[in-house]
Amino acid sequence: MNDCENTLTPWERLQLIRLKERPTINDYIPLIFDEFYELHGDRYYGDDAAVLAGLAMLEGRPVTVISQVKGRNLNENKKCNFAMPHPEGYRKALRLARQAEKFGRPVICFIDTPGAFCGVEAEERGQGEAIAKNICEFMELKTPVISIVLGEAGSGGALALGVCDELAMLSNAIYSVISPRGFASILWKDASREKDACNMMKITAEDMIRLGVAEHIIDEPLGGAHVDLCKTAENIKEYLLSAVAEKSQKTIDELLNERYTKFRKIGEFEIRQKEELENQK
Amino acid sequence: MLEDIFKVVKTRFNGKEAEQDVVSDTSVPENIMFKCPRCRTTLFEDDYIRNNKVCTSCNYHGRLSARERIRITADKGSFVEFDRDMISKNPIEFPGYEKKQEALRTQTGLNDAVVTGECRIRKIRVVIAVMDASFMMASMGSVVGEKITRAIEYATENRIPFIAFTASGGARMQEGMVSLMQMAKTAGAVARHNEAGQLYITVLTDPTTGGVTASFASLGDIIIAEPKVLVGFAGRRVIEGTIKQRLPDDFQLAEFQLEKGFVDMIAERKKMRSVLSHLMILNNYRPEET
Repeated sequence: MNDCENTLTPWERLQLIRLKERPTINDYIPLIFDEFYELHGDRYYGDDAAVLAGLAMLEGRPVTVISQVKGRNLNENKKCNFAMPHPEGYRKALRLARQAEKFGRPVICFIDTPGAFCGVEAEERGQGEAIAKNICEFMELKTPVISIVLGEAGSGGALALGVCDELAMLSNAIYSVISPRGFASILWKDASREKDACNMMKITAEDMIRLGVAEHIIDEPLGGAHVDLCKTAENIKEYLLSAVAEKSQKTIDELLNERYTKFRKIGEFEIRQKEELENQK
Repeated sequence: MLEDIFKVVKTRFNGKEAEQDVVSDTSVPENIMFKCPRCRTTLFEDDYIRNNKVCTSCNYHGRLSARERIRITADKGSFVEFDRDMISKNPIEFPGYEKKQEALRTQTGLNDAVVTGECRIRKIRVVIAVMDASFMMASMGSVVGEKITRAIEYATENRIPFIAFTASGGARMQEGMVSLMQMAKTAGAVARHNEAGQLYITVLTDPTTGGVTASFASLGDIIIAEPKVLVGFAGRRVIEGTIKQRLPDDFQLAEFQLEKGFVDMIAERKKMRSVLSHLMILNNYRPEET
C-alpha cells in the first residue's frame, strides 16, 4: 500500500468513497471478467435493481457474481435505489448462490451499500427474514465464497453478502455496523457529530483485519480507485484469481469448517471471577 | 405530579425486581398504577403483575425480565444457567461503555442482555436463551452473541431442542463491527443445529427488531409471537423519516407479521408452556422422568 493512503483518516476515506466518480460494479465487471450474463429475479416477487447478479468467466473459470449496485447520477440511483436492496434483492442473491453451489461455481460477492432499504414494503416482504436467511444459508453454501467491499458496507444489508471464506476490502473502503451518521444520531442524539463517529467507530480496512472481519486489503491507486480505474480492476482481478484458486483446492468440509470458525471466533468478552463480582457488590 | 405514578414500561423495568430470585407478586410494587403502552389504559400494578404482566384490557404482553420469563417457562428447579459470569470488553473503546455496563449490572443483576441455560419444560429437556430488554435494550454485542452461540452448540451436541425468547433493539452499536458479526455467528450456529436435525423454536417478545430479527430470531423452524408485540427490522422512526408520513398503529405488530407470513402463530403467555411442550412432542421429543 502507498504510504500516503495510510495517513487518510476514516472521515477522509468516507468522503473519498462517496465521490460520484468512485467506480461502481458496472465499471469493474467488463475489466475483471471476460463474459457476463446478468440473471434476473428472485422467482417470488420481482427483480431488484439494487442487486446485480449473473454468470461470468474469470480467466477461463465460470463464477457467479453478486453485487450491490450504486449509481453514478440521480437517474441511475433512482433505478438502483442508492444500492439499498429490498428483500427480493437478497432472495435473488440466495437463489443464484444456490445455483452456483449446484454447478460447483465459486461465488464472488461485491459489497457496496449503505444498508438494506428501510421502508414499508421492505418490512411487509420480510427484510429481516431475507437477510437472516442469506446469512444462515451462505454459512453452509457448499462452494467457495469470496466477498470484496468496494466502497461503503453498512450493517446487516452488507453482511447479507458478506458471509464468505475470505473478505477483502479495497484500501479506502469501510465496513460499519451502522452509518456514522446513524451512530451519532442514536448514541449521541446528534447526527451532526457524524465526523466524530466516523473517526472512532473503527471501520477502515486495517480495522477489519485487526478485528478478524477481513483477511485482505486490495490496494487502490494513489488518490483513490477513481484515479486509475484500470489499475484498481487489475488489482481486484489479481486478488480474485489467487483467492479463488486457493479456496477451490480445499475440500467442502474444510471450507465450511474454516468459514464457521472465521465468524465463530469474533467477539470480545471475558469471564469475570466470582470474587471480583462480590467485591463489586 | 400526577403523571409520575403512571410510569411507562421502560423506567419500571429498570427497577430492582430482576435482582431478586423470588416471584414478584409477593413484594410491594414500586408504582401503584401501570399504563399500557399499547392501549393506554391504566391498570392497577397489582392486577397487571398477577396477570403475568399482560394488559387486562387489550391483551398486550408486557416485558418480562429474563428471570421472570424463566420462572414461568421452566419446570420448577430445573433451570441450570450457562456462562453467567461472561462480561463484555470494549472493542472500539467507546467512551463510558464500561461504566454504563457496570451501572446496569448493579441495577438489573444481569451481566449482559441474555440469560442462557438448560431446563425442562413439562419434563422435556431443552436449551433456552432469554433476552432481557432492561439491559441496554437487549442489544446484541459480544456477550449476547457468544452466549447464544454456545447455547445452540450445546443443544446441537446433546441433540435437544433450542428455544430463543427474543427481544432486542438490534446490534450493540457501542461494540462497532464486532456486534454486527454476532449475527453471522449466531446464524451459523442455528444452521448447524438445523443440519443436525434438531428443533429450533423462536418466541418473539417485545420488542424484536434490527440485527436480531435479521439473524437468529427469523430462523426458527417454528416462529411464535406473543400478542401485539413489536417485530420488525427497521425502526419505526427510521421508516417514517424515509417515507415522510406516519405509519399505522398496527405496523410491525405480531399480528401484522402473522398476516404477512413471517410468524407461524401468536400464542398467549399463559398458554406458552403448553404450546412449547406440545410442539416439541409433535417433533418427536419425549418427556423424561427424573
